[in-house]
Amino acid sequence: MLLDWGYVAVFAIVGAGMVVLPLLIIWLISPRSNYPQKLETYESGVPTIGQAWSQFNVRYYLFSLVFVVFDVEIIYLYPWAVVYRSAGPIAFYDILIFLVILALGLIYAWRKGALEWV
Amino acid sequence: MIGEAIAFYLLAAAMLGFGVVVVTSPNIVHSAVALVPVFLGVTGLYILLNAEFVAGIQVLIYAGAITVLILFVIMLTVGGTGLRIPERNEQGPIGFAVAAALAAMLAIGVTHTAWGRGGGALPAYTPGAIGQSFLGPNLLVFEGTSVVLLVSLIGAIIIARKEE
Amino acid sequence: MPWYIELARAIVGTIVIFSGVAIIAAMFGVLLERKISGWIQSRLGPKHVGPQGLLQTIADTIKLLHKENIVPRNADATIFASAVVVVPLAALLDYVVIPFGTTRAGPLIFRDLNIGVLYFAATSSLVVVGILMAGWGSNNKYALIGGLRSAAQMVSYEIPIGLALITVAMLAGSLSTVTIVNAQRTVWFGVVQPVAFLIFLISATAEVNRVPFDLVEAESELVAGYFSEYSGMRFALFQLGEYGEMFAMAAMAVTLFLGGWRGPVLPPVLWFVIKLYALVFVFMWVRWTFPRFRIDQLLNFSWKVLIPVALVNLVVTAYVVMVLHP
Repeated sequence: MLLDWGYVAVFAIVGAGMVVLPLLIIWLISPRSNYPQKLETYESGVPTIGQAWSQFNVRYYLFSLVFVVFDVEIIYLYPWAVVYRSAGPIAFYDILIFLVILALGLIYAWRKGALEWV
Repeated sequence: MIGEAIAFYLLAAAMLGFGVVVVTSPNIVHSAVALVPVFLGVTGLYILLNAEFVAGIQVLIYAGAITVLILFVIMLTVGGTGLRIPERNEQGPIGFAVAAALAAMLAIGVTHTAWGRGGGALPAYTPGAIGQSFLGPNLLVFEGTSVVLLVSLIGAIIIARKEE
Repeated sequence: MPWYIELARAIVGTIVIFSGVAIIAAMFGVLLERKISGWIQSRLGPKHVGPQGLLQTIADTIKLLHKENIVPRNADATIFASAVVVVPLAALLDYVVIPFGTTRAGPLIFRDLNIGVLYFAATSSLVVVGILMAGWGSNNKYALIGGLRSAAQMVSYEIPIGLALITVAMLAGSLSTVTIVNAQRTVWFGVVQPVAFLIFLISATAEVNRVPFDLVEAESELVAGYFSEYSGMRFALFQLGEYGEMFAMAAMAVTLFLGGWRGPVLPPVLWFVIKLYALVFVFMWVRWTFPRFRIDQLLNFSWKVLIPVALVNLVVTAYVVMVLHP
């Protein structure tokens, strides 16, 4: 099993090298003619207005929050799914309780407007 | 098991290096992004401990979900503007002394303890085995976790929505 | 086998997969997209470079290699540069667990991980971090808004994908992709689980930021979204990431729902390629058929429609399995 992950590690390292390779190539062969206008930030050809980094709405945070909770729920479902067929009927009722409680969470988030974009 | 030893030291070195970046970088977004290699290092350590399911969920949750959450939160605050926060103040030397004392204590503790060596291979923490424990001895914990998740979801929504 | 042989196998396998994906997915994929979009729009698409335009993408890639490497003055150099590596690497890491076929020596897969399906979900979620880095690092309003919206969208569609994956894993009793393909010996899971199949395809389209979910990179809205400031080869690498991820999602759908490489007469790899291109054609067909959704529409669709449907599907499937196989 460790050998499997050794392969994955080699894949990641060699892969990172292969992705960096074109970047090295362009660093070597690309033309360079830097003048100030070229380094300006793009905003449809007009000078930029204000900073790009400004404070954003809380709705992004709410979405990622609900996502984290449901992601954790899903990781509990993975081992359950693997053993489900070889377990007895009790497994069905277990997961029913689990999912009903989490569905309550989804309904709460829905009703409280955490899932609204505007 | 020379390969495992090499892997462990490489992972530990990478984690420590990026951990230093997380703690000392004046740009908070850099700190958050440098957390990702630390999480991936933890993944590697889990794999070395034969816990590949936990490693998978470590990547899925920490590197995938929690990093996104942290980055969104940073963008909501003034740190997202690239503001450089000074990392040192007048308590620097005292902090360093405390940290050094703690490190010395831990080092002495680790080297002077008679660690018992368990024999044989590591147990298999496969998804099947974990699933069996969920449906068997740890059933109540499994159901209890759903309640914990529900409570945390409700609590976080209440806190976040109140600021509107 | 001694360790240096294993290392050599791993390196060769990696190079083969990367080159294969770069050529088949990115190069032919882009060409296929342009040809198909042309035919759907009653025109011909590229046809001058090479026979029937087959060398078009190669010409484009060579052109992009010559382009200047522009880093905007206000951009955050470290994060700007690292994002270019993270996105394609995370997309290409998906390919480790995809079985391309079978030979007498065993399945043709880079590595059959025990947690194959979970690994696929995990590497897909790494792409989101890369996109956030790209959007923030550019210091460009369009890029930042595009990056944040893209992250919110991809994150919202990860859960329906996870639920579809879990439903299939439950039917097969394993998270290993090879086991799942072998479990489809009698009937494809796409036939048994049409709802999960549909949910997976829709969510995969959203994960790859394709129409109808491509608001975050729509030209008329946000220039190019999170990769507005990237030019030349960096742009090409992002495209490699996007097309690579699309092909990976299609390949996973083939593995999970269309029986992988299983098929009667032809060699397994050929079946896999046929099914893969059939699904990719469906993705491209959808692109030129539907209008674009607004961001609130697509987020609502995920949370209020897809997730409840996926949960109900999971419960109903579990019930049926319990009743039929006590």
